[in-house]
Parts: sequence; structure tokens; C-alpha cells
Amino acid sequence: MVNTKKIYLPIVVLFLVLLPPMVGNYWTQVLGNIGIYVMLGIGLNVVVGFAGLLDLGYVAFYAIGAYGYALMASPHFGIHIPFWVMLPGCVALAAGGGALLGIPVLRMRGDYLAIVTLGFGEIIHILLNNLDPLTNGPRGLLRIDAPAIGNFVVNSPFRWYYLIFAGIIFSAFVADRLNNSRIGRAWIAMREDQDAAAVMGINILKYKLLAFTIGASFAGIGGAIFAARQGSVFPENFSLMVSINVLCLIIIGGMGSIPGVILGAVILIGLPEILRGVHQYRMLVFGGLLVAMMIFRPTGFIPSARRKMELRE
Amino acid sequence: MTILLQTKGLSKRFGGLTALNNINLELESCVILGLIGPNGAGKTTLFNCLTGVYPIDGGDIIFENRSIRGLKSHVTTSLGIARTFQNIRLFGSMTALENILVGRHCRMKAGVWGAIAMNRSTLKEEKEAFGKADELLNFVGLKGQGDTLAKNLPYGDQRRLEIARALAVKPSLLLLDEPTAGMNPRETAELTRFIEQIRTELDLSILLIEHDMRVVMGISDRVTVLDYGVKIAEGSPEEVRKNPKVIEAYLGRLGTMMGKRAVTA
Ligand SMILES: Nc1ncnc2c1ncn2[C@@H]1O[C@H](COP(=O)(O)OP(=O)(O)OP(=O)(O)O)[C@@H](O)[C@H]1O
Ligand SMILES: [Mg+2]
Repeated sequence: MVNTKKIYLPIVVLFLVLLPPMVGNYWTQVLGNIGIYVMLGIGLNVVVGFAGLLDLGYVAFYAIGAYGYALMASPHFGIHIPFWVMLPGCVALAAGGGALLGIPVLRMRGDYLAIVTLGFGEIIHILLNNLDPLTNGPRGLLRIDAPAIGNFVVNSPFRWYYLIFAGIIFSAFVADRLNNSRIGRAWIAMREDQDAAAVMGINILKYKLLAFTIGASFAGIGGAIFAARQGSVFPENFSLMVSINVLCLIIIGGMGSIPGVILGAVILIGLPEILRGVHQYRMLVFGGLLVAMMIFRPTGFIPSARRKMELRE
Repeated sequence: MTILLQTKGLSKRFGGLTALNNINLELESCVILGLIGPNGAGKTTLFNCLTGVYPIDGGDIIFENRSIRGLKSHVTTSLGIARTFQNIRLFGSMTALENILVGRHCRMKAGVWGAIAMNRSTLKEEKEAFGKADELLNFVGLKGQGDTLAKNLPYGDQRRLEIARALAVKPSLLLLDEPTAGMNPRETAELTRFIEQIRTELDLSILLIEHDMRVVMGISDRVTVLDYGVKIAEGSPEEVRKNPKVIEAYLGRLGTMMGKRAVTA
């Protein structure tokens, strides 16, 4: 298992690095969209896939990251903090949001948790719309600074592709390390049987809070990238549909599995683009595919297999 | 001998039902105490109270000279009380080895940064944990099953894995809730010998709930009998076996059952 991973991983990475010139500007743009969802998927997967906490308000943290950057790097307040400085700031903001949501819902399970997180997502959405002095309401925030390294400005689909790609590599690395550690084992034990996990020595409240906080951090990165890439943010970018889509791509790909998240995003975000050919039937075909998929492969395309536990030096 | 665990007037109620009524127990180090009683006597409830699963309504629990009343489960565990469950509760989609590693959680330290950076101390800790888990796997007789998902193990092996997971906590008190339930006579005999081996090799005390009288009487140093939440007898296996109250608690109920059957027939 470890060895096959060593072989296929560099091949996949090399392929993805060489992809943009082969597919051109338009598809590189689409790949960028997919990439942001991959990052969100990796983050939500920590909460839902690893820790087993059904969070329907994940978009809130994405919004916090995006608005966090937009406010600090646009003419709105006339503040222009560089992207690379704000990125950790956005992670911290989103993590703070995660903790804020985590604390009141620590004692909730299952359906109740889902409803409260759903509400949290909606609250943030409503605040974005109505906190005019801060967020500029539905008119959104415009002319957001693009990231730059010296004179090299990240402003073309190709450049964005590579930046997002780096973000995904980083996120996947962090999530994978966590998954295969004491922390990840505690999360999965908690997901499998919360009471037994507690009796085996796991501090349930702490690990729930940790899952919300860390999961949210990934959305902070995704949000900052989204804002900088689009150059503007509007409340409608952060609707319930985003939470639903991210959750769907995790389920389609295979709960708890990072390769699954990537494939899920490609299918869920990429397929509608490919299906543009069938015009008005696009969403119908797409919905049909999802239903068929859940019937024939309910555990997702690449379900997480607890891999062989060999001693890694 | 030092006293490891003591309950003083421990009581637990569920609404109108008194599941445990003023229970006084004492358990020394390195002793096997058998806990028996008819169905619904309150045996599992006692385990749940000792491990912080249920808050208790009265009395106190003293473990290693300190009160553990009101402590959460993960705290009682890290203090050294580990248990198994009457209905096996393994983490089904984790491997056998990972299940044991979860048991070792409270003896490890790595935090988020350690896990991400995999720095030297985390790596060392993980290596140690894997080594220990492997040892335990062998100790309970599951050599080579480390990568099998817990839910795919045969029933008897699952019971053994649950014991290994509890032992990974490095407990000074091990609570076993009907470890031989559902086993055939050969498996039962093997497990009985194994429980004795745990006590002698790992130097810990065991509180053993067991329905199979041969098992309890065979390996317990002392036996405590509960009935309707009340401690009705206590002593050596010999004493308990001859105690009229105990015979009545078991046979008496059997008698009324037969009586009822006679009436309905
Ligand atoms: N969570 C609970 N809520 C309400 N009543 C409970 C609860 N847990 C146990 N009881 C009741 O407390 C009494 C003691 O149950 P307990 O499970 O401790 O019995 P036991 O001695 O372990 O029996 P068995 O040999 O069948 O396992 C029973 O009457 C049971 O119905
Ligand atoms: Mg019981």
C-alpha cells in the first residue's frame, strides 16, 4: 500500500502539473474552480469524514476566509495587506469561527448538530447581506488585490491553477498527516462509537472542538484564494448550495478518503461543465447520475480503507 | 495489601428504579474479584458508575486514595481504570492494531503540530505505540491479525481484541463485563486461563462480571453477589457457593419462574 502510493502519487502530480498547457485557458479556469472545491472538501472531510460530525454550515468558514481577505486587501477600507500575510490571518479567522460554532454544539449529536450548523451557515450569509458598513451588503466588495511575488502577479488562469494546486498539496498533506496520527485515530474512534471512545480515554469535547476548528481552517485558505481570484466577493457566493455541494462531493468520492474528495470534486463541479453539450438537460442528466451513483456505489468511488499499518521510519 | 478501589455507599437510580443501593466494595491490588448476580442485578450499572459513564446519585468511589466521583470517562481511564463491554463495542472499521492504539491514546502526547510535523518526539512515540500494540496483539493471541478490520474478526477474537484495547491503557484496574459470553466451552476455558495470566503477568486487579459459574468460582479470589441492586453476599468462592441467600437469589427466581409456568400451563 505504502509502496504503490509512492509510485502513483508522483505520476498523478506530474500529470496535473502538465495539464493546463494541454487543455488551454478555459479548462484551466474550470480546473481552478474544481481545485477550490477540492480544498473545501478536504477541510469538510476532517469534520464529517474523520470525526463524523454532520456540518451543514461549512460555507460560513469559507465566507469568513473570503471576506477576511477582501476587507484587508481592497479599496473598501483602503487597506492593502499582502495576500501572503493575510493567508495565515484568514486561516486564524476561520479557525476562530470554527471554535465559535463548535462550543455551543459540543453536546449535540447527529440530526441536532446538522440543524444548528445549518443555522450557523445561514446566520453568516444574512450578516454578509445586512452588515452594510462592514461588508457593503449585497453590492459586495470589489477590486480585491491579486497575490503577487515581487512583480510576478498571480492574475492568469494558468498562474491561479498552480497556486491552487500548491494549496491542495498542502491541505492534502496536512489532512493525511492528521488522519494517520493519534489525533486522527481519536476522531475516527469517536465517529465509530462516541461513548466507547470516551471510555477508552478520548476527551470527546476536545476532539469535537478540534475537528471544527481544523476543518474550518482549510475553508479559510479556500476563501482567501476564492476572493483574490475572483477579485470581488458577494453574499450570494456563500449560499447554502456551497455547503451542500461540498458535502455531496465528499459522499460521492468516498467519505473519509482524500483521493475520494478529489475525484468527487472533479465529478460534481467538472461534470456539469462537460455536460454543457446537452444544454437544457444538463442538470437532469447530472442529477440522474448522482442518484445512480448512490444506488450502485453507496460508499463512494474511492472509499477510505484503513490502510495497512506498517511501521514507517 | 493496599486497597486499590473502594466504593462507599454507592447508589444509582434510574427514575423510580434503584439500580444500585448503598454498595460497599473493597478491592486490593492484584486481586480478581468476581461479580455475580441474576439478570438486571446492577452489575453493568456498577461498571458504568466506576468508569464515569453514569453520574452516581449517592456515596463515593475511591480509586488509589482519591475520590473519582463525578469524573468524566476519559479521566477515569487515564487514571488507570479500563474496561470491556458486555456487548462488544470495538471500532468496527478500524483495524485491530488501530483499536489497540486508540486504547493507548491517553498514554501518548502528540498534539496537532506534532501530528502534522511528525517531529522526532512524535515519531518516537508512534513507533513505541505500534511496538506496544503489536506486543499486546500477540499477548491476546491475535498475532498476524493486526491489519484485519475489527468488524471482520470472528466473535471470540473480537472479545480478545477488546481486552487488548483495554490493556493498552496500562490500567491498574481492569473491568471485564462477561468476557466469555457467547463462547463455546473450549474458548471459555482458554479465556479463563488467559484472564489469570493477565493478572499475574501484568500485575493488575480485575473486576470480573461473569455468568459462567465455573469461570467465576475457578479464578476469583473473592466473589461479590448483587441482587436487585443490593449486595447480598461476599466472600471466598466456597463461602458464596454455600450462602443460602445466594442460592435463593438464583433458585428463588427460578422457582417463581417455574411457578408462573405452572400457572399458565
Ligand atoms: N440507562 C438506563 N436507564 C434505565 N434503566 C437502566 C439503565 N441501565 C440499566 N438500567 C436498569 O438497571 C437495572 C440493572 O441493569 P444492569 O444492566 O446493571 O444489570 P446486569 O446486572 O448487568 O444484568 P445482565 O446480567 O443482564 O447484564 C436493570 O433493571 C436495567 O433495566
Ligand atoms: Mg450486564
